[in-house]
Amino acid sequence: MDTSPSPLNGNDAGHLSGPHAEPLTAEQLRELYSLMVAVRHLDTSAIAWQRQGLIPGYAPELGQEAAQVGSGYAVDTTRDFVFPTYREMGVARAMGVDMVAYMSTHKATWHGGLYNPIESRLAPIQAVVGGSVLHAVGWAHGQTLDQADGVAMTYFGDGASSQGDIHEAMNFAAVMKAPVVFFVQNNGWAISVPTERQVAGGSVAARAAGYGMPALRIDGNDVVAVAEATRRAFAHARAGNGPVLIEAMTYRRGPHSTSDDPGRYRSLNEERDDAGEDPLERFRKQLLADGIADDAFFAEALAAAKAEEDDIRAGIQALGSRPGTEMFDLVFQETTPALQAQAASWREESEHV
Amino acid sequence: MSNATLESGAAMAEGTARRGVEQLSMQQALNRALDEVLAANPKALVFGEDCGRLGGVFRITDGLQAKHGTGRVFDTPLAESGILGMSVGLAMAGFHPIPEVQFDGFAYPAVNQIVCQIARMNYRSRGTMPMPITLRVPSFGGIRAPEHHGESLEALFAHVPGLKVVSPSNPHEAYHLLKYAATRPDPVIFMEPKSRYWQKGEVDFDSPDPAGSPTGGSPTGAKVMRAGRHLTLVAWGAMVARCLQVAELAAEDGIDIEVLDLRWLKPIDEATLAASVRKTRRAVVVHEAPLTSGLGAEVAQLITQACFDTLKAPVERITGFDVPYPSGDLEDEYIPNIDRILFGIQRVLEYKRG
Repeated sequence: MDTSPSPLNGNDAGHLSGPHAEPLTAEQLRELYSLMVAVRHLDTSAIAWQRQGLIPGYAPELGQEAAQVGSGYAVDTTRDFVFPTYREMGVARAMGVDMVAYMSTHKATWHGGLYNPIESRLAPIQAVVGGSVLHAVGWAHGQTLDQADGVAMTYFGDGASSQGDIHEAMNFAAVMKAPVVFFVQNNGWAISVPTERQVAGGSVAARAAGYGMPALRIDGNDVVAVAEATRRAFAHARAGNGPVLIEAMTYRRGPHSTSDDPGRYRSLNEERDDAGEDPLERFRKQLLADGIADDAFFAEALAAAKAEEDDIRAGIQALGSRPGTEMFDLVFQETTPALQAQAASWREESEHV
Repeated sequence: MSNATLESGAAMAEGTARRGVEQLSMQQALNRALDEVLAANPKALVFGEDCGRLGGVFRITDGLQAKHGTGRVFDTPLAESGILGMSVGLAMAGFHPIPEVQFDGFAYPAVNQIVCQIARMNYRSRGTMPMPITLRVPSFGGIRAPEHHGESLEALFAHVPGLKVVSPSNPHEAYHLLKYAATRPDPVIFMEPKSRYWQKGEVDFDSPDPAGSPTGGSPTGAKVMRAGRHLTLVAWGAMVARCLQVAELAAEDGIDIEVLDLRWLKPIDEATLAASVRKTRRAVVVHEAPLTSGLGAEVAQLITQACFDTLKAPVERITGFDVPYPSGDLEDEYIPNIDRILFGIQRVLEYKRG
């Protein structure tokens, strides 16, 4: 699989405009590493939590740490807004979202998560494949109408790229020159269906040309490349040049979810061959070779990740169910008599159980 | 009436001057309501297919772009899921979108966004992301239009938690219900009876509902459009006018019919419905939508629940049939006509227990 940045029909990175961001500093590179370790550790722990019965299910992002942390790191949470799927734990962590509140969705506490999306700048967790991509376009157009400078970034995968809403979103965004970054994680698999059975032409990025939209196809396992490409895309959109598409080529090293069995559709040998080098290990070697970090730093980052996971696990364990009244109270801003009657009946009858 | 010539719009603060009564078509009344909503709320936006320069295929948005600008009133690409999905993001950003889907049947491609996103976002976000979206849908049949231009979607949307559904029956209701719906913090599906767009009627700008009515003057709940003693006809949208005609004909035979315009199809005003049928002890529900699992079943059950002891006959439903909405040549066979409604009334009046 060729994951090198590829110029696409004249709408490649060279055509991105807007101020160039400064290169990442050594401090920022170390921060990216720490974030990746924290995400890796929480991700693998969450699978263990599921096996232990602490949470009923989880959608792992093993192998996508560079794509998620690198892109989430580029977000300016004072003015931008992010629209995730159900597999964006690394993005949420990089944006500084409360991780107990985020992981509560996997504890089956509340579908959208317990974090405040307005304050977190992260829309509620989205279970509909491709469901929130149009929302990003609407939010971004609102920035244009308000003459504000925020940018919307929306995540989806190679599988979601088959959805009609993705076409509508890209076309709307391009027609309206909305400040949107379409961030595609092409992780090779939509549950059991590989990209070649999903994406005609083999590239989501190539489609951007049809919308007159610049696209970047990048190595999604290189966290620095991801962070820099995302910053460039944000600068382009923020400068009023319209939407940008980034296709980060990566690999879903784990199952689709804790209920999935990849052995039914791919062999361990295929996984080994297709996954390439672990993005975390690759970044560690690079930082070491460049003299930016040493073994003591790596050990410290891992210890911090473990401590963080301990805290999140404790928070998840302590998380009780939401009161049943919320089922009724959060449907509308202005409730209805019928809903009030149902709530009253539920309350009365559940008290007699 | 001298007030009738006054300029409409929010420039004139409500309640400070009487605006009186005007004869308007429903199209004009809806246009007036949108104009006033746009003027009063800088975050209100009107958009959809051909809503801008053209003023909509039914001209409901006529002149609004010229008056309020291309930022507030605009054309979108021709994709309904895109229109509704975009509305979600705009609502998240603090706007009050008032999108239009051009015809009822064109709402089907947007059902995913309406049902999975708009209806649930307030819930999913725990009340932090309300969806004040007023979706205008030219609805129902009666204009000899092509396929998918005559659908009745009320039961579909009323069944979805998180949505509210309303349908006006005349210009007065259209003006007040749209102004009301477009200022609510929850999503409202606003079903406009397209066969009534060009019928004129009196719009009393100062008084949505008669003073002293159970709704306290605001256009919520159901409304008695004609008081009667022998039987209640329950209807909404274009069927209200037909039921009023039926009531006049029945009156010639000494049958005194009450016509109840349900207006809000979700939430249904159970109290007004029950009060009417408790008085008349007989009810017939009339709608254009197919019979099976239609809203008539819900209305009949609500009546049965509230009035079982006093009902003189089972609630009758006079509706469209369980067939795809037919071509224009057959639509008069499909939509409940005066004769079918009269037969239904007769069955209820002649019902004998045992």
